[in-house]
Amino acid sequence: MRWRGAPISSLGEEYNKVITYLGHRNAVKEELNSIENLRIVSGLAGEELNTAAGQNALARVGLAGRDHLPARFLSEGQRRRSAIARLLTRNSALWLLDEVLASLDLAATKLIETIIGEHLSAGGIAIVATHHELRISASSFKRLELEPAQLADAVVLG
Amino acid sequence: MFRWIVKRDLTLAWRRRADVLSTLFFFIIVVSLFPLGIGPEAQLLKSVAPGVVWVAALLASMLSLNRIFANDYQDGTLEQMLLTPQPLFLVVLGKVLAQWLVAELPLVLIAPLIGIQFDLPLDTLVILCLSLMIGTPVLSLIGSIGAALTLGLRGGGVLIALLILPLYIPVLIFGAGAVDASINGQSPAPHLYLLGALAVLSLAFAPWATSAALRISLE
Repeated sequence: MRWRGAPISSLGEEYNKVITYLGHRNAVKEELNSIENLRIVSGLAGEELNTAAGQNALARVGLAGRDHLPARFLSEGQRRRSAIARLLTRNSALWLLDEVLASLDLAATKLIETIIGEHLSAGGIAIVATHHELRISASSFKRLELEPAQLADAVVLG
Repeated sequence: MFRWIVKRDLTLAWRRRADVLSTLFFFIIVVSLFPLGIGPEAQLLKSVAPGVVWVAALLASMLSLNRIFANDYQDGTLEQMLLTPQPLFLVVLGKVLAQWLVAELPLVLIAPLIGIQFDLPLDTLVILCLSLMIGTPVLSLIGSIGAALTLGLRGGGVLIALLILPLYIPVLIFGAGAVDASINGQSPAPHLYLLGALAVLSLAFAPWATSAALRISLE
């Protein structure tokens, strides 16, 4: 696999700077509040996140006013959304999203679709693996349907 | 970035203070049981003290080991850490440092107080503290390999003990040896030097081995 012409294996940790990965598990620490969770992710990536930017991202995903609650008081859908806020605070070009729509309601699904659409319009890339219907308004995207036997539906956007 | 990992783990530990305190109290109680069981013979207590304190420190450190990675593994934070733009080596080193500060340093600091129960003289208490200071980082470093290898396995806690306790033997021998030498009026320096050598060796190799073990566990 190559990233911008160079093999990924030769890029090493540099490659990790351009990707944001969202997996099945939220990677949201229950003891920390949403802002702290976001700041730590940014800190580990070598970026500094100020509180205002974090609050903006949380407001965007519908967690305004809940940013000082430890994540253990949030519902599953809210935790998922606070994980999604990571996509907004890290400015990475490549998003790898694995079942990003799981445990989200209709409104949140729409929000994700908008967020991905904006990312694509801004020149970003998103690779999404999902079982759900994903409606993206951006012009350029590729859909890759896998074997029905595997019950998998992968969409490649870029 | 390194400081973020340490800071993060310390914050998490602070929010879960009960875990930290339980390790410390385990150490205190285990060490205190021996004078009660053996009886009040000062000479006998003095001669078993180094071994007892050191064995209790090994067991107490086993209790906190699986916390280095297990929680982060369960909620997916560990895979995120593998994807951060920094060598995994540094992530491991940061987490081990945090674990040592949280779980082992309190043992080192409380040890002199506990040594009094065994009628140890002052200079021996200093050596006890010093030997634990040099030895416990080795426990954390070697233990992190076991913690990484047993990630996600059922009964991982017991498995860590079986994997790691044999590797702790050199630390136990030289750590308890230093205190023993000090009680018998010999110089503890050779034991402490060897303990220091173990510390340097494990600092160089353990994070590397732990990183490799993490990659295997998370595949």
